[in-house]
Amino acid sequence: MKRNHPGLIAIAIAIAAFLFIFLIGPILTVVYTAFTDGQGNFTFSHFLAFAEISLMRESFANSLYVAGTTVFFATIIAIPLAYLTVRFQFRGAVLIQTLGVLPLVMPAFVGAAAMQLIFGRSGAVNLILMDNFGFSIPIMEGLNGIIFVETLHYFPFILLNLSASLATIDSSMEEAGQNLGASGWRLFRKIIFPLAIPGYIAGASLVFIKVFDDLGTPLVLNVTNMLAPQAYLRVTSIGIEDPIGYVICVILVLFSIAAMAGSWWFVKRRDYALVSRGGAQAPKRKLTSWQTAMAYGWIIGVLMLVLSPHLGILLMSFFKVWSFSVLPEQFTLVHYATIFTDAKQMIWNTILYCGLAAFIDIIIGGAIAYIVIRTTIPGRQILDHLVTVALAMPGLVLGIGYLRAFRGIDLPFGMGALTASWVIFVIAYSVRRLPYALRSCMAALTQVHPALEEAAENVGAGRTRIIRKIVIPLMMGGLLAGFVTSFITAAAEISETILLTSRESLAPMSYGIYLYFQSIAGRGPGAALSVVAITIVALGTYISHRLAAAATPHQQVGNRT
Amino acid sequence: MRHLFTRSTLASALLALLIPVGAHAETISVVTSFPKELTTAYKKAYEAKYPGDTVEILNKNTSAGIAYVREQLAGSRPEIFWASAPDAFEVLSGQKLLVNIGPGNPEIPSKVGNYPVNDPKGFYRGQALAGYGMMWNTRYMKANKLPAPKEWSDLIQPIYFSHLAISSPSRSGTTHLTVETILQGEGWTKGWEQVLKIGGNSAAITERSFGVPDGVSNGQFGIGLVIDFFGLAAKNSGMPVDFVYPSVTSIVPANIGLIAGAKSPGAGMRFIEFTLSDEGQKLLLQKDISRLPVLPAIYKQAPADYPNPFSGKIQAKVNFDSTLSESRYMVVRSLFDQMITFRHKELVAATKAIQDAEKRLAGRPSAQLDEARQLAFSPAVDEKQIKDPALLALFKAKKGDAEASRAKAKVEEEWASRAKANYARAITLANSAK
Repeated sequence: MKRNHPGLIAIAIAIAAFLFIFLIGPILTVVYTAFTDGQGNFTFSHFLAFAEISLMRESFANSLYVAGTTVFFATIIAIPLAYLTVRFQFRGAVLIQTLGVLPLVMPAFVGAAAMQLIFGRSGAVNLILMDNFGFSIPIMEGLNGIIFVETLHYFPFILLNLSASLATIDSSMEEAGQNLGASGWRLFRKIIFPLAIPGYIAGASLVFIKVFDDLGTPLVLNVTNMLAPQAYLRVTSIGIEDPIGYVICVILVLFSIAAMAGSWWFVKRRDYALVSRGGAQAPKRKLTSWQTAMAYGWIIGVLMLVLSPHLGILLMSFFKVWSFSVLPEQFTLVHYATIFTDAKQMIWNTILYCGLAAFIDIIIGGAIAYIVIRTTIPGRQILDHLVTVALAMPGLVLGIGYLRAFRGIDLPFGMGALTASWVIFVIAYSVRRLPYALRSCMAALTQVHPALEEAAENVGAGRTRIIRKIVIPLMMGGLLAGFVTSFITAAAEISETILLTSRESLAPMSYGIYLYFQSIAGRGPGAALSVVAITIVALGTYISHRLAAAATPHQQVGNRT
Repeated sequence: MRHLFTRSTLASALLALLIPVGAHAETISVVTSFPKELTTAYKKAYEAKYPGDTVEILNKNTSAGIAYVREQLAGSRPEIFWASAPDAFEVLSGQKLLVNIGPGNPEIPSKVGNYPVNDPKGFYRGQALAGYGMMWNTRYMKANKLPAPKEWSDLIQPIYFSHLAISSPSRSGTTHLTVETILQGEGWTKGWEQVLKIGGNSAAITERSFGVPDGVSNGQFGIGLVIDFFGLAAKNSGMPVDFVYPSVTSIVPANIGLIAGAKSPGAGMRFIEFTLSDEGQKLLLQKDISRLPVLPAIYKQAPADYPNPFSGKIQAKVNFDSTLSESRYMVVRSLFDQMITFRHKELVAATKAIQDAEKRLAGRPSAQLDEARQLAFSPAVDEKQIKDPALLALFKAKKGDAEASRAKAKVEEEWASRAKANYARAITLANSAK
């Protein structure tokens, strides 16, 4: 079955060209700009200038500090939750799974705005504390605020990866440890956690990258001395010519790649492979009543924190005034009326851009999966690696790269400049969300046994017909899951969106929310639009889970070892 | 199956192509820093009157707006630039990015106080008037037992420590105007002393000018330095806030101009005339907009307590000099950021130490305390240096000029490190003051 149809080679080349133009090209432009002077000669002086500015050094340190600390706190939240779900008989497991999804359905900056009202200087919590105990907790101030918001937003990445990793540990390892007298904390520290390291590192490096690159949250919390906001401020207020902005971009890219490569190296360095997996899962232990109380305490505490921004946004969208009070006042539905008359275009834009982008993603993702798994075209792995680059690429950098690389390029049919058109959103979203779609497509295709295709071939079906009649229908669940994942993550994207939105009529919902939050009368409509966005994303997440569950009736762990 | 597939692909491709093109003949792109309520109101009213045209809003803060216009090629630039800060228009017309459109509606007076409503050279027109003042949250003030301020100088009192908020001139044109107004009203050295003390009393230097009224409305901050319509709009939308104009304020026009090299200058001009017509001016009185019209007749339709700059009720002691402001625009912006925005933590600590020492000494004179104040509250550029043409030229150099941008970065670095060292020294001195 591993024959290389010329059509497939052409498709592979076309995909590679697409990725080179819209992913590698813009990044190289950014790197090139950071290393050249006005005449195009190589120079290192922009980096020296960067290093000479104490603000930049400080921003650099702050970004590292915030990203590192967030990983630390996210770990503290995630480890007990992951361990509880996987190792114990425990009815709260559903709650934990909910916890793993809830924060991700809301863009971090929306959460930040809502958390100001709940945990801010005069937020509900601090007002209650002030009134009753005479002190307040400055948790939303400065860098701490960012760490707080981002920890609650991104800990699910660690939770999900770690749970998956824990689930595959062979129980005999644990039993061997127990036989040698280890139990409790020691067992966890010496046996279980080390074996789950690959999953943990994957999650932690993802959290690090996301926080390091995040633009929306620092902007909403008025923190400017970090790298991503500095790059944004330099490029928007000084102009697309400012070299320091590009230097920051190069640093963001380097760190993202280093974090990805580091996690890969860390995992490869040692052998984590287990002889048997999946089948011999450890029996789930029972919790004592005291442990159950502790577990529920932890879960409910985290759940309340995680739910607070959602609750805040919901309240904001239904009330007129929320000022220096624990709860808002004057119930109204007018905010929803406003957005359904004024922001219809934005809702439609989001559906259009993200829908098209997700559609492109599953087409390209499906094609790449097929080419990588089912053909022997030389260099086919390059496609896979190129897509992985997109995962490590900060949205901010790609946005700046687009503005720079495609400046002055016009679309055909009088549609105006590429960077000022709706097309740029579709391209940007599809490139950045491609890794998610690809992963779904790969997983879906591995589950289609080649024998089915061979059978079809034996009865005389051509390659195109096999793909259409056998492969695509069998992959459908995975393709749909990939579509939904791409769609919802693109709908919540903000850093690229802020940079690429040139006109209000082109703006998607995420930008609309950002815009509404910039006027006093706009908070309510902004919150209402957030509720609409969250509902769409939450529905999408639910559907994709259902689809993924339908596509994999039993766990496919160990399939590719 | 195949047919269905191709047909639906074709249909979606066609649909996708149709959406952005639209049926309108002329599109007016408006670069503006104004909030969505205002732009939506004008867009709706204008499109209702001229159904053939479409208004496109490009919402950008003032400095990002200037950068955006500059980077577009002639012929594909947006039509309208509409923002509060007059100096932004000076910058644009200085770079030949505005068309000379002359004065408009003859019923609009040529001056408010001593300040010309329209650009005397004719490159832009005043569309609304704005004064700068202080807005506070009445619940916050009551809970913290703070008196309402009347003047900028009230804000430097120790009781307001950590209760204020201000934005940064580099991020908000209106904040730049407020700072420049104080600098012109009080003089360079004394003005900076006041600005630095206000910065030291501030809980936050917000990234956007809107961060200030937003934080005051929701009770995060007590008092904010804001442009009047933020305060008035919040008050008129039912928020527990109040607003006052201090005497050192200037009433200046928020302007509108036609960008040179725009796609449809004719339609652009039509939009400008609309904003200055009776209809266009009346929109400013809407509760969630609450701005001051330039057309005096409109005030007859306003609520009784609506501020009227033509009645002489708002006293503007400062005659704002926009040429002076424009000449040192970039220096003031950068100076503020290097001394206040980016060193805010240190400035607050120094302010606290000095205020504590003042309390401890209870009015007794102290050389150490005087020196601490001198260190913490003096600008890194003195009165003489700010008139130095070399310094001003350095900050106006072309962005592509690598040499100049290195030199500029070096100057800024010098300011930043001096400010940091001064704040640290001021803290030591204040703590040991006897």
